[in-house]
Amino acid sequence: MRLTLGPLQYFWPRDLVLAFYAEAADWPLEVIYIGETVCSKRRELRSRDWISLARELAESGKEIVLSTLALLEAESELGVIRRQIENGHFRIEANDLSTVQLCRERGVPFIAGPTLNVYNQRSLALLCEDGLQRLVLGVEHGQQWLQELHQAAAAAGMPLPELELIVWGRLPLAFSARCFTARALDVGKDDCGFRCIEHPDGLPLATREAQPLLTINGIQVQSPDICDLGPELTEIRDAGIDLLRLYPQAKGMAEIVQHFHQARNAEAPPPRLGAPNGYWHGQASISGPDLAAHRS
Amino acid sequence: MAMQLVCPAGNLPALMAAVDNGANAVYVGFRDQTNARAFPGLNFSDADLSRGVAYAHARHCQIYIALNTYPDCARIAEWEAAVERAAALSVDAIIAADMAVLDYAARHHPSLPRHLSVQASATTAAALRYYFERFGIARAVLPRVLSMQQIERLCAVSPVALEVFAFGSLCIMVEGRCQLSSLLTGASPNRHGVCSPARFVRWEEAADGTRTVRLNGVLIDRFDADESAGYPTVCKGRFQVNGETFHALEEPTSLNTLELLPKLAKAGVQALKIEGRQRGAAYVGTVAKVWRQALDRYASNPDDWTPSIEGQSALAAVAEGRQTTLGPYHRAWH
Repeated sequence: MRLTLGPLQYFWPRDLVLAFYAEAADWPLEVIYIGETVCSKRRELRSRDWISLARELAESGKEIVLSTLALLEAESELGVIRRQIENGHFRIEANDLSTVQLCRERGVPFIAGPTLNVYNQRSLALLCEDGLQRLVLGVEHGQQWLQELHQAAAAAGMPLPELELIVWGRLPLAFSARCFTARALDVGKDDCGFRCIEHPDGLPLATREAQPLLTINGIQVQSPDICDLGPELTEIRDAGIDLLRLYPQAKGMAEIVQHFHQARNAEAPPPRLGAPNGYWHGQASISGPDLAAHRS
Repeated sequence: MAMQLVCPAGNLPALMAAVDNGANAVYVGFRDQTNARAFPGLNFSDADLSRGVAYAHARHCQIYIALNTYPDCARIAEWEAAVERAAALSVDAIIAADMAVLDYAARHHPSLPRHLSVQASATTAAALRYYFERFGIARAVLPRVLSMQQIERLCAVSPVALEVFAFGSLCIMVEGRCQLSSLLTGASPNRHGVCSPARFVRWEEAADGTRTVRLNGVLIDRFDADESAGYPTVCKGRFQVNGETFHALEEPTSLNTLELLPKLAKAGVQALKIEGRQRGAAYVGTVAKVWRQALDRYASNPDDWTPSIEGQSALAAVAEGRQTTLGPYHRAWH
């Protein structure tokens, strides 16, 4: 299985981003996704900066993919996507049907990101007609869903595209027009001051009983913990996953890549470093303190 | 052309209340997981829906059926059967989000109009072109993320007619892309047609009248005896961020765009959607009546229209949390 570095979900200062990817160029992984997927206001790197970073990173021999916004609200944002698609070299991760359509209109193939709603083999087949070459599974899709997909595709005589699974990172759970970071800091979104740059791993949200519940990342809401499917790697390989996605975090990413690199070549699965991911087994990921205590 | 009023109904009395109070169309769901309000005791058997269609059609009102959840591979046949049932019942449109469902309907029942559900998360002309070119949609319902100005711009370039939410409970996330409910329960609006399923909700009342509400054991909110308590969707709870406790995502409030009616009409919006299939006939009747009167008054005198005070207070009285907001239509909400 190939290892991929998913797009940076957070807003980091330009120097930190460039230093991070300079290091990533030497990590033992095969694919790097770069680009802004969350908020169009984040412009420490503009689209031409991302494209020039892609060119630099491509010299490492890795596959470089340009990731795109999940929520588009304005014509100017479509213009950014058009420029990304027309870069002439790198493949695109489409995180909204708008991007799929712009690719389709230009005859450019694409990778479907986790926020496209692909719930069955027929939808996947339609997107393959449009130029889909790889599917990053949505966060709700687990082991059973994959089994059913393989069965349905086999029954229909349909070849499956490459399949990529998120195995490390805070899960992207929801997107809104509202910026929750700005709301927490009591500033308007239009005058946000780009304060999410102060939270390189997002802003924790907890219940009134101090149970970690979510992570706020601008207009995006994530899982509270870093989900880790390392211990499930054997099942994941058996389920026909081709690529394992690791989402960037502010600290210790080199070690995490190394951890998964060793794990994918090992016979026995690695110990769990992060939190379990209930979606893989079709279950809730978080339950109340009393229920958790009851179960254990 | 006058804007259409599209009202919700979770049962036959609500459907009749919507028709009687001036809805141009009523949207409903079957009693299964093919729609995004799959609540116990709600929605229509085929027999009830058949009566509802007859009642509405006799009064020049249309019926749309929501088939707007996403079938997993193993369950596609159930959604296809639902398309067949909808066609057999002579409904006036289906409202769908999943590509496989839209594709099936377009191939097998091309003359049955297809509306793109809000659950499909289409917010741009490019996304709308996709669904129009691929599945021949006649109309799309916009997610509650665009500002009034963005709606005006989108109306000008959209390949299809647009429907927007006018009133009701406010989803604050892009519809179709919210996994907050499934994070806590394993059940999701997209796949199971329900947000915060009732079987995971637990209310507790203390001796002093304080009420606590949990979802799968997770504390969503705690209410003083004199506070009104809302249904525990994760996005409307009170949580701690940066050491402060507040409605970190959104207050328990309802969307009310009545004052925007002239702007929505001038923008070229084709239809106004009222949320609330889970609410009863009294709610549906009240809300339909206020909006019918507002639309009729606007049609007769568009240059000198203001929302009526009685109408606004009637809407506030049935709103969730008794609070209303312009939500994303108003830029400051973002």
